[in-house]
Amino acid sequence: MTARIERPLSPHIQTYRWTLTMALSIVHRATGIALYVGTLLLAWWLIAAASGPSAYANLQAFTGSFIGKLIVFGYTWALMHHLLSGIRHFVWDLGYGFKANEREALTWAALIGGIVLTVLIWIIAYAIGGGR
Amino acid sequence: MSDSRSSMRTPLGRVRNLGASHSGTTDFWRQRLTAMAMTLLIVPVLFVILTLVGRNHAGAAQILGSLPIAIILLLFIVASTWHMKIGMQVVIEDYVHNEKLKLASIMANNFFCAAVALASIYALLKLSSGV
Repeated sequence: MTARIERPLSPHIQTYRWTLTMALSIVHRATGIALYVGTLLLAWWLIAAASGPSAYANLQAFTGSFIGKLIVFGYTWALMHHLLSGIRHFVWDLGYGFKANEREALTWAALIGGIVLTVLIWIIAYAIGGGR
Repeated sequence: MSDSRSSMRTPLGRVRNLGASHSGTTDFWRQRLTAMAMTLLIVPVLFVILTLVGRNHAGAAQILGSLPIAIILLLFIVASTWHMKIGMQVVIEDYVHNEKLKLASIMANNFFCAAVALASIYALLKLSSGV
């Protein structure tokens, strides 16, 4: 039997000074979890379309309601943010953008870009379908 | 893990293909593969969804049943459910430390992702076949 090696543990999250990239790392994970749950809505949409007019009307009643719209809006933002934040990870995977100013710029781009794309998509959606 | 001195295997040989997930870098690679697939597919997928906004059932069913649109959505469903299965497993492995609860959670994660994938795929195939 070997004694269990006492490896240094990472300090608790409250020990660190909060940084932008650290906060956005948590947001990346949180949006991922939200999207995971949100696929239920996507599956419901496809199943409703395959089931018939009354099932589809039920779905549209939900997505047309205030709560429904809020959820779909949140889902849109989570998707856009996770997408851009993920592209940021691709840049890092390839070995670029690790300098302090570069990683800050990438992170701000993901944060602002996600919000801009979300608003843009909803403007287009309203222009096309009258927000139904 | 057995004492390294009792084995003739090299340290690399012992750990190869045995990461925290017991599957080496397979999940790491597939996470990025599916991410890239979705990055490429997101524009057509958004286009399809925006086309459907405000349409009634008949209009939506007709569009969803068309061949190129069904294929775009099928590719996106496979990539996204695979991606979220790997992602959630990482989250579970990070936070669930009880071994049995961890195994149960990972199993539930697999079931959930498979169910979402198959239900969505079946719905799309049904729309495509027009029954």
